[in-house]
Amino acid sequence: MSTTNYIGKPTSRVDGPAKVTGAATYAAEFHVPNMAYGWVVSSPIAKGRITKVHADEVLAIPGVLEVFSHENVPGLAWFDRNYKDDVAPGGSPFRPLHEDKIKFNQQPIALVVAETLELARYASSVLRIDYEEEAHETDIEAKRDEGFEPGRGKSGWMPPPPPRGNPDQAWEEAEHHIEHEYVHGAQHHNPMEMYGATVEWRGDKKLTVYDKTQGVVNVQNYLTKIFGLSKDDCRVINQYMGGGFGSGLRPQYSVFLAVLASLELKRSVRVTLTRQQMFSFGHRPHTLQYVKLGTNPDGTLAAIQHHALHETSQFEEYTENVVNWSGMLYQCENVKLGYQLAKLDVFTPQDMRAPGAATGSFALEVAMDEMAAAAGIDPIDFRIRNYAEEDQNAGKPFSSKRLRDCYHQGAAKFGWDQRNPQPRSMRKGNRLVGYGMAGGVWDATQKKAAAKATLTADGKLLVSSATADIGTGTYTIMTQIAAETLGLPLEAVTFKLGDTDMPEAPVQGGSWTAASVGSAVKSVCEAIGEKLLKLAQKMEGSPLKGASIDEVEFVNGQIRLRQDPDNAVVIRDVLQASGETKLETDTSATPNLLKQATHSMHSHNAVFVEVEVDEEFGTVHVTRVLNAVAAGRILNPKTARSQVLGSIVWGISMALMEETVMDHQFGRYMNHNYSEYHIPVQADINDIEVLFVEEEDDVVNPLGVKGVGEIGLLGVAAAITNAVYHATGKRVRDLPIYLDKLL
Amino acid sequence: MIQQSSTSAAQAGGVAAPPPTGTVRLTINGQQHTLQIAPWTTLLDALREYVHLTGTKKGCDHGQCGACTVLVNGKRINSCLSLAVMHEDHDITTIEGLGSQENLHPLQQAFIDHDAFQCGYCTPGQICSAQGLINEGRAHTEEEIKEHMSGNLCRCGAYAGILNAVKEVVDSKSSESRR
Repeated sequence: MSTTNYIGKPTSRVDGPAKVTGAATYAAEFHVPNMAYGWVVSSPIAKGRITKVHADEVLAIPGVLEVFSHENVPGLAWFDRNYKDDVAPGGSPFRPLHEDKIKFNQQPIALVVAETLELARYASSVLRIDYEEEAHETDIEAKRDEGFEPGRGKSGWMPPPPPRGNPDQAWEEAEHHIEHEYVHGAQHHNPMEMYGATVEWRGDKKLTVYDKTQGVVNVQNYLTKIFGLSKDDCRVINQYMGGGFGSGLRPQYSVFLAVLASLELKRSVRVTLTRQQMFSFGHRPHTLQYVKLGTNPDGTLAAIQHHALHETSQFEEYTENVVNWSGMLYQCENVKLGYQLAKLDVFTPQDMRAPGAATGSFALEVAMDEMAAAAGIDPIDFRIRNYAEEDQNAGKPFSSKRLRDCYHQGAAKFGWDQRNPQPRSMRKGNRLVGYGMAGGVWDATQKKAAAKATLTADGKLLVSSATADIGTGTYTIMTQIAAETLGLPLEAVTFKLGDTDMPEAPVQGGSWTAASVGSAVKSVCEAIGEKLLKLAQKMEGSPLKGASIDEVEFVNGQIRLRQDPDNAVVIRDVLQASGETKLETDTSATPNLLKQATHSMHSHNAVFVEVEVDEEFGTVHVTRVLNAVAAGRILNPKTARSQVLGSIVWGISMALMEETVMDHQFGRYMNHNYSEYHIPVQADINDIEVLFVEEEDDVVNPLGVKGVGEIGLLGVAAAITNAVYHATGKRVRDLPIYLDKLL
Repeated sequence: MIQQSSTSAAQAGGVAAPPPTGTVRLTINGQQHTLQIAPWTTLLDALREYVHLTGTKKGCDHGQCGACTVLVNGKRINSCLSLAVMHEDHDITTIEGLGSQENLHPLQQAFIDHDAFQCGYCTPGQICSAQGLINEGRAHTEEEIKEHMSGNLCRCGAYAGILNAVKEVVDSKSSESRR
């Protein structure tokens, strides 16, 4: 086996040394000379209008430079389309400081700019603003009967398929049936790094924008359309991002305000949000779901009905795929799916890790557990009896689906056979023990992406693409792909990202980066390889003369004949012999639609959970989690495992802790800080493990990779809920499972 | 950078101007720094905005997340909850003072080996906290490490890796001390 085969190896993060030493620089950390600081003032009311901003009072403080509000913001782009970012939902995007109207609590209504951070913060704290309040509605419970079907939605959203079979009659006539409502409240992404931007004024309306974002190209498009800048004058950079989880898919108001202030003051400006303000934009929407399932005497599903209603803002129609999964995860001839939105006086929800699917899989997979119990069938056996061999929503076969192996391998490794099916039957001292399982499905998507490669005469390869690494491992896997494709040692390869001067890549989301950018990196390195071969064949006495690209391989710093590996040339010698100082090319990779059109492409998982519940106190301890994932080829089992481990922690959080609580009297999220918005700490996490089921797929993309950023979250909250039921006999259908729900 | 005059505490248009800045001398990673800062500038903001040591992170500014953990006289503190002016005679160590990319501290190496982070934003605080924990000399078992590292949040959920990384270094320290 050769040494430059890196794909599939547990390579440590190439950006690791920078991150553990503090050398990795995040958006609000770039030091630029003569910088001013902006501080955002947030609305204390949920709806109404601003009648007066008493800017003059704080402008009198020495060192305060400007107070930006709707009263003095210059004329910017007029049309909605200028404010629509690449992943915006339908409707009319929010425009910061555009008008006196207040549409949601914590709306940014002013930016105070001063010479120092401390001054900007102080001045914003004493800035008086007068309001006229109007009645607001922030409670979806009040809008149960006002749901509507959304219009076109955002890209990637699919309206539910039309009903199939006779779902009402089939449910009525089923041997066993259940129907229940499932609820979770709003959740906020809360990445550790707060949103912020450092805008460097390079003179004459030329800006370098260091922004926290999952897509520099999206931010550049947004800014240039609004502020009338040319792309050359608006370079956007993000090399490191302190977590995203979807919150950085759309440009945030921090970058808008920093750019506005920089252009107006003709000066570099930094704007950073507070943790409280991290609750002032997108969130996973509060969702009400209703599921009806029925089974036949043989344990097959007779009917599936799944309806979801969730909040959106008054100005945009945020959509996510909540119910569609219920028409494809199991075989069923009678299916009815419904999806509605309700408008509230809140900011527009935003994609949050496995958007829609995390919500839908919670309801479906708890309902499946309830159905299995009602029919007296083991939950795994029940799922296998209803295994979908094809995607009935699309009427297409799966490009690959090793979910059955997830069930079998996961159950064996977890020790599912130790489970006594009777609830409250297992205990350890004063703790009730429960085993639960669930699973899920996520899209395997490839988007168009581009990359550039430069091989220099010293044998070093530089590859770049304007993609992102929000902690996913992009730097590492792209380095691995490039090194293996050209047979170079890992140390000779540098991958750069997050700069609009680089070839275009889509926002990092949807688990598509490995597939999309990975394919582009592979393709551009192959193009370099072809150039190299041509040069190698011109060398005197070249052993590669007459060989086609398919007859050679790039391994261990050499190009050699596959059939006769001793006939080889050293790659570094090729460039030096040719007299070229470098080889450079760029290319883009697009999905093979012809191949993909005939298939449904998805990753799958099955999650197994053990909980211990204190019988007297109702405290839930998640003692073991095993997440079995089938997601195509795993490029780097070390970083991929970390993504799934992180998803398990997210699932524990969703099941037991996370909820943004709205005080409807004020229309304001009350627990908008890390102390009251609970997420797991080190002591909450016990034995968690990941099992990757081997899966080959030559349809999804040339690398056979499906992505692992979201699939691991699916089923975790449901499996915990099901384990809690098994431990206690109590079925909780509204998350999070606080201990009072078990007493 | 500071352009406030030292007499700006006077009333300004009905709104009180803040008190004047002053000179604060800090010893950070063995180096002396003289800063002209406000009396209420936090140690965190002093490090990040005035000394440009941005390895120390701001995750909440309220002592809730631990991302800003630094070592003051070897003891771990949340630098966002402490004013810079309070540390004139102290020995402050930040992540930049623990090791460099060319010469990694054992905890830094262990964090890489165990993939104890994803986005990396909580990482400097986790590592400083772990060093503080080792200095305290009280965490030896997994359960103790989990409890005493629970002041440092990680939204990526890298807790399993963090535990293994810290445990590896704690174990190697205790085997050293037994020798």
